[in-house]
Amino acid sequence: MTNYDTVIIGAGMSGLAAGIRLAMFDQKVCILERHKVPGGLNSYYERQGRRLDVGLHAMTNFVRKGERGRPLTKLLKQLRIPYEKLELSQQHFSRIAFPEQDLSFSNDPQLLTAQIEKAFPRQKDNFARLLELVKNFDDVNLNNAPQSAKEKVREIISDEKLLEMIFCPLLIYGSAWENDMDFSQFVIMFKSIYLEGFSRPKNGVRSVINLLCEKFKQAGGELRLGTGIKKIDIENGVVKGVTLDSGEKIQAGKVMSSMGLPETMNIVSEGQESPAPGAMSFTETILFFDKKPGDEGIKETIVFFNDNEKYNYQKPQTLCDYHSAVVCLPNNFDYDDYDEGVIRVTFIANFEKWNELDKQTYLQKKKEVCDEAQALITRLFPEFHAHLLYHDVFTPKTITRYTGHFKGAVYGSTQKARDGRTAIKNLFICGTDQGFLGIVGAMLSGISMANLHCLMDGEKV
Amino acid sequence: MDYQTLRKKIIDIIADIAVDEDLSNIDDNIKLREQLDLDSMDFLDIVMELKKRYKIEVPTEDYLQLATLKSCIEYLGPKFSFSS
Ligand SMILES: Cc1cc2nc3c(=O)[nH]c(=O)nc-3n(C[C@H](O)[C@H](O)[C@H](O)COP(=O)(O)OP(=O)(O)OC[C@H]3O[C@@H](n4cnc5c(N)ncnc54)[C@H](O)[C@@H]3O)c2cc1C
Repeated sequence: MTNYDTVIIGAGMSGLAAGIRLAMFDQKVCILERHKVPGGLNSYYERQGRRLDVGLHAMTNFVRKGERGRPLTKLLKQLRIPYEKLELSQQHFSRIAFPEQDLSFSNDPQLLTAQIEKAFPRQKDNFARLLELVKNFDDVNLNNAPQSAKEKVREIISDEKLLEMIFCPLLIYGSAWENDMDFSQFVIMFKSIYLEGFSRPKNGVRSVINLLCEKFKQAGGELRLGTGIKKIDIENGVVKGVTLDSGEKIQAGKVMSSMGLPETMNIVSEGQESPAPGAMSFTETILFFDKKPGDEGIKETIVFFNDNEKYNYQKPQTLCDYHSAVVCLPNNFDYDDYDEGVIRVTFIANFEKWNELDKQTYLQKKKEVCDEAQALITRLFPEFHAHLLYHDVFTPKTITRYTGHFKGAVYGSTQKARDGRTAIKNLFICGTDQGFLGIVGAMLSGISMANLHCLMDGEKV
Repeated sequence: MDYQTLRKKIIDIIADIAVDEDLSNIDDNIKLREQLDLDSMDFLDIVMELKKRYKIEVPTEDYLQLATLKSCIEYLGPKFSFSS
């Protein structure tokens, strides 16, 4: 029977990053991934010769080369990947579109400040205070206790509409909670979106995944795709290894799981309590057109749309909530690597409603989602007259099928294991349910959990 | 082992860790942190590389000895001659 220092469950962003760290320092490490393609929530696929990204609207945390002490710089340094390798190209600008009120932001934080000063002149000083608070808060401290971000921000920003507008992109790009988020998570997201900004690696997410897989193998790590884990084996409260879907057993001193906390506890061989999965899931429609939005003068990179008085970031009672959406235009980065026009539309969705549909209704409802997405594109960009060439829709059910996340919960459980520990000795959590979300967050999570639990034995430097 | 040989060994480690940094003008007497973008995670890497390449162990309480290039060399010098 093979014996590893560490077995990592899942070849998503967090598992791959954790694996690189361990292999780099000569641990015998194996990443086991159930799917045939690596990437997890941020994977890719191909249909009719077109490249489709699952996640990745944009990478948050943009930095210029040489900028010090930023999350992305730290991450690249820890993985020993030169900055140039990502070939980042910046967003033009993005827009938060609420009823009768727009706010734009770009990778220059001055733009958002100026927009707020103009649209909400009485909140000018308050926003400056919020910026100060955000800049001085130790957001990544693993010991921060959860607290409501809305309560805390409401003490500073006294205009509810502005508050909702500020929260909208941050919630939908990184909150497992409904209508609110943990304050540490708010600060992380605020910095990564409003102070640092969006960019796109050349050729999308596959170049990042390829880079990570290559690094991992070069460092001597073993990656087994199409290899699901059926059970985590425990003896007297200590991890012993894992049992694969095939029945094969693998021994390991430590197991690092990126599956999610409830998902992990569900396959622990001794009866364990597990937290409830989160409620937030989405549908994603990817549309290909015969024209690029830029050809019609449309310059936005991402639009955060909401036409309700209040922004409802919560599980809808229907299949999807069409009152809000994220509309991403991947052609509109400084460098456009697509041949065709591409628009992606994300709606908040209800997992149970999608899950109970029979096959035929399911397909028909997917078609309706695509129609709604097209209607929204026409509403936001009436000048865009293009012919739809191809489209694909994925639903909360698709997310569960391909990533194993219960209830298609993209941001995982509402309860996070911030220090990565579980009730079981030598079983650790990284990725989504450790609490650092998104592409950059997931990689940082893998790195810091590998450092803390597998390279330093839980002591902090 | 002489000063320059040791210096080169340490610089080689830092070059692998901080791939985007220019290391040609480091002042041996000024804290590395002040000249380069290094944080506590990176010092952990320096320590781990020393272990991996030269089997040299640096206990946590001695991390401060790695502040400048000069202090690194003075602190690591005896450890290198012992291990080789
Ligand atoms: C539509 C969409 C758009 C997104 N857009 C963005 C964006 O624009 N910017 C951004 O930063 N983030 C975005 N994200 C979020 C980002 O993709 C995730 O936060 C991140 O990829 C999570 O990585 P992870 O490693 O924590 O988890 P995962 O990627 O879920 O990794 C877990 C892995 O474990 C595997 N696994 C599960 N169970 C088992 C088992 N039993 N045995 C073996 N393997 C198993 C899964 O197959 C999966 O590969 C988006 C997500 C979605 C769905």
